[in-house]
Amino acid sequence: MANMRMDKNPMPEQEPLVRNKNFDEVALGYTEEMAIDEAKRCLNCKRPKCMEGCPVSVRIPEFIAKVAEGDFDGAYEIITSTNTLPAVCGRVCPQETQCEGQCVRGIKGESVGIGRLERFVADYHMEHGHPEGAPEVPASNGHRVAIVGSGPASLTCAGDLARKGYEVTIFEAFHKPGGVLVYGIPEFRLPKAIVAREIAKLEHFGVKIITDAVIGRAESIDELFEEGYEAVFIGSGAGLPQFLHIPGENLLGVFSANEILTRSNLMKAYLPEYDTPIRIGKRVAIVGGGNVAMDAARTAKRLGADEVYVIYRRSMDELPARKEEVHHAMEEEVIFNLLNNPVEIIGDEDGHVTGIKVIKMELGEADASGRRRPVEVPGSEYVIDVDSVIIAIGTSPNPLILSTTPGLEATKKGGIVADDDTGATTRAGVFAGGDAVTGAATVIKAMGAGKVGAAGIVSYLESKQNA
Amino acid sequence: MFKIVSKRPLNEAKTVVEFVIEAPLVARKARPGQFIIFRLDEYGERVPVTIAAADTEKGTVTIMVQPVGQTTRMLNLLEAGDSIADFVGPLGRPTNMEGLKRVCVVGGGVGNAIAYPVAKGMHDLGIEVDMVAGFRSKDIVILEDEMRAGVTNLYITTDDGSYGEAGFNVTKMKELLDAGNVYDEVMAVGPTRMMQRVCDATKEYGIKTIVSMNPIMLDGTGMCGACRLTVGGETKFACVDGPEFDGHLVDWDGILKRSVYYAEEEKAAMDHICRITGGVREHG
Repeated sequence: MANMRMDKNPMPEQEPLVRNKNFDEVALGYTEEMAIDEAKRCLNCKRPKCMEGCPVSVRIPEFIAKVAEGDFDGAYEIITSTNTLPAVCGRVCPQETQCEGQCVRGIKGESVGIGRLERFVADYHMEHGHPEGAPEVPASNGHRVAIVGSGPASLTCAGDLARKGYEVTIFEAFHKPGGVLVYGIPEFRLPKAIVAREIAKLEHFGVKIITDAVIGRAESIDELFEEGYEAVFIGSGAGLPQFLHIPGENLLGVFSANEILTRSNLMKAYLPEYDTPIRIGKRVAIVGGGNVAMDAARTAKRLGADEVYVIYRRSMDELPARKEEVHHAMEEEVIFNLLNNPVEIIGDEDGHVTGIKVIKMELGEADASGRRRPVEVPGSEYVIDVDSVIIAIGTSPNPLILSTTPGLEATKKGGIVADDDTGATTRAGVFAGGDAVTGAATVIKAMGAGKVGAAGIVSYLESKQNA
Repeated sequence: MFKIVSKRPLNEAKTVVEFVIEAPLVARKARPGQFIIFRLDEYGERVPVTIAAADTEKGTVTIMVQPVGQTTRMLNLLEAGDSIADFVGPLGRPTNMEGLKRVCVVGGGVGNAIAYPVAKGMHDLGIEVDMVAGFRSKDIVILEDEMRAGVTNLYITTDDGSYGEAGFNVTKMKELLDAGNVYDEVMAVGPTRMMQRVCDATKEYGIKTIVSMNPIMLDGTGMCGACRLTVGGETKFACVDGPEFDGHLVDWDGILKRSVYYAEEEKAAMDHICRITGGVREHG
């Protein structure tokens, strides 16, 4: 009998005004009882709409049914048959626009907490291990595939290929694998120990990871083929941060969100025993309204800023961040200056930031993206006093691989041209996916692309062999 | 881990120290003008350093480091046989040498360690290279024999006149230009103010001038934007668009300001090394 309660089991969380001073994970996870109770809210629809909303096609009602029975290992088997990184997805997917957005329970009440259940199952597995010991590693089929980058697209691609017996080597430019999962998403939202464990699982399946290797400089894609790799997947991520091109942007105390997040997340600058410096002052403005902006704002708060302003040129309805992140940021006393657009960053004689001048906006007609276009309100400029400004308005693709790989075509926006259905680029044997193709998007979309790329590589290598 | 194969001071004052590091993947592709990023250990920061030389056969890369900051001083406490955690590269674009016949390379202080491999690289290609290597005083002169062997004509200047010709390297460069020497290009590497002065001078002569920038960097692969600078009115990233730029287009005022941002943290960290550990960390 289904549990017909209208709302989700609430997620246990750290108290907002406690957690905004530490980097520990905000959401604490369901207990077994909560998970079983929540799982019983699922109606096990005959035609599950939730699955259509999932880029990696997790068999959602099936795994939830197992949770309802208390068979958490069974649930884990079902999830991981299509999803390489469940502990990550359960934490960072924008479920409200994907699986949960399609859930029939969401029509009259709240959808089933699919993300929370996925996280619970993954965490349960990490804690209790595999019931029959470590899963069997498939025998090698002798085919070697190189993967560039180790973010969500690459890890998913690697996982799918390794499970089929391909010999996969990942080349990572940084000293630590994980891509945006380690340099971008903060500890309080996605603990790095969890990422490390998901990666260790891949290594168990035989995936080799070489860090400190910048493909495009140390080695070209062509050289990878010369070394005997039969296919290459490029999942090198988004790259160059965008700036506003307004006066004052090179003042001291103006950062890209990538810089602040990398200092804090990858380099652990918030911990005293680490050498990398970080300084943002007491009053911080974040420009932008996406997940990265929320991560930067909440990080600033935890680094000791008293007042953190999110400056976004549209209204709350258009804010592109996950709802939960916005909600968490507000609880943590981040201030939202909506319908505000920066016009200038102001500094003192020494070149240090002292404020950001913004102009008020109002929403006009809908633009090409379907969102109402913000229009300046003449004469409404005012200055917010701040010590630093963090720009979180997106990234453009890193040109390094495109510029060093003959035969790869670029999109107008500088991404790598890749087929939606196979991940194939304009160069035979080279596949690509994730932000390197689309520009900045979500972890799960990149994972979907990694999956598509893996399937594309399998059929490419099989058809080559049969030819 | 990356092993330190050898280590030696490059002058009597030991202000610059040469490290040869085992890094075959970097050595294979390193070209003059490119850099590496190293990290001492798990707790270390990422520090960019220009590649001074690379030996493909031995798989080694040479860097020259001025032990003045927290990380470089800790590196200097390591010896041959010790290892560091990370050594990634080559990064940045190599120096463009195409179409050049005659070049004047102006180096300042430790900048000569960066200028020398470029000057030698050009000379190896048959480009005529006049090199003006400026130092504050005799005790910090580096690489004299190497430079003399690696370029066409070498002029050493010291600010205090204790060695070579007395005066600034910029003055000597102007002297060479006034004497009728014609160069396709001037390359300036050294402290920001020195490079700016060279650029101001060459502007008057209408000679294209390339500078090698060394701003604050974090990832070194075009991701964080910390190394951004304005060149010809556009935002550029030293790590992927540089590190060499047309010096006449660089917004020098912006650079002077940005380079000192972490000066206080650096000072605090240095006090910390001296006071607490007295050396490289034991943990990790």
